[in-house]
This record gives sequence, C-alpha cells and structure tokens, in this order.
Amino acid sequence: MATKKFLYVNRKAPHGSIYAQESLEVVLIAAAFEQDVSLAFVDDGVYQLLQNQDTGALGSKNFSPTYKALGDYDVSKIYVEQESLEMRGLGKDDLMPLVYEDEDDDWAEKDSIHVVSSSELADIIEQQDVILNF
Amino acid sequence: MNLSDWNDELANEMAKADGAVLEDNHWEVINFLRDYYEEYQIAPAVRVLTKAVGKKLGKDKGTSKYLYELFPYGPAKQACKYAGLPKPTGCV
Repeated sequence: MATKKFLYVNRKAPHGSIYAQESLEVVLIAAAFEQDVSLAFVDDGVYQLLQNQDTGALGSKNFSPTYKALGDYDVSKIYVEQESLEMRGLGKDDLMPLVYEDEDDDWAEKDSIHVVSSSELADIIEQQDVILNF
Repeated sequence: MNLSDWNDELANEMAKADGAVLEDNHWEVINFLRDYYEEYQIAPAVRVLTKAVGKKLGKDKGTSKYLYELFPYGPAKQACKYAGLPKPTGCV
C-alpha cells in the first residue's frame, strides 16, 4: 500500500466537543494502516495532552490515556506549538509524557512530543500530503 | 454492556456459543487485553496486539500465526469479544 504523509491538526479543548476524541480515533485507524502519521496540537488543542485529566464531573469517558498508546502504533511525531502553550501559561512539563521505542536504536525509549514554534510548524505542514483539521 | 459486568464465566459462555473452549493460552491473551484496555482505554489493533503480546508473553507468542490459532475468527475481534471489550480501533 502506498504510504502518504498525514498530519492531524488538533485545535479544540478535549472534552467540550467530540473533535478531540474523533481525531484520535481516526489517527489510530490511519496508523493501523501503517501510514506516515503526525499530530499537531495548536490553540486550545494543547489542552488535549494535559496530564491528570478527570472527566468524572462531566460524565464522559476520559480517553486521554489513549494518547499513551500512540507509541505502540508507531506514531512518534507529535508537535505542540510553543506559542499556544505560552499563551495559556503552560509548558512541556504540564503535558503527559508520550514515548515510543525506536526500532533502529535497539528499541530505546524516546520522547514523541516536540515543542515547535509557529514557523517550524508551518514548515512541517508544508511537507504533508494530507492535512486533516479537528 | 457495562465493562464491569464482565466475568470469567461470561467469557466461557460466549466461547461455548462459538464452539470454543478457553484454555490457559486463551486466558493469557484475554487478560492481557483487559489490562491494556484498563491502561489505555482502547483495545489495540491486531498489529499492535501482536507486538505487545510478544513483548509481554514471549516472542514465540507474538506472532499472528499463534494468535490466529487461538482465535480463528481474528485475534482482535474474537479475543476482545470474550474479554468484554469494544471492537478494536482500526479493526476492519
């Protein structure tokens, strides 16, 4: 099967709408089909990766632990826009640690999250075949 | 179905209805899937399951041949059913 470069751009807060959860589901499907998958988190989308999410009071499923399975699906390119973090008073330490095992480096555990500037993200977007906005 | 309503007996009954008997080797995979779901809130796709089973239960078991022998209707689908989990994400 031909491989395409897919970028999923996540812009919305995690639990007020279905966007974040649907995006994650589609990401896992594309990854299961062994496509080249990257994720970007911008604007309120950065909240999707926050640690210690608790949806108990909302009565909805807390799907945030599923991001930790992305490494198992060989999804290791997760870009978080620096400006979006800063504007919300957040840093990388506020995000869940997401890792993958590098097959080409004796399965060493490596960081999947890359904090990038808005202009670096523009370059990444430029390189994609398919861009999906959520 | 509520996930917490599941028990071993229910899994055995579902298997019986399919004409299967669950042995230790089946339980190993079923319990692995339940642990995986507990941790990640999803049932893994078969490729991910195969890799993860190999890591957890030994290389000889981390092959699609082994898993398909245990669960001929498709390891992800059939094992998830007995484990009382939703169909795996990306399962077709």
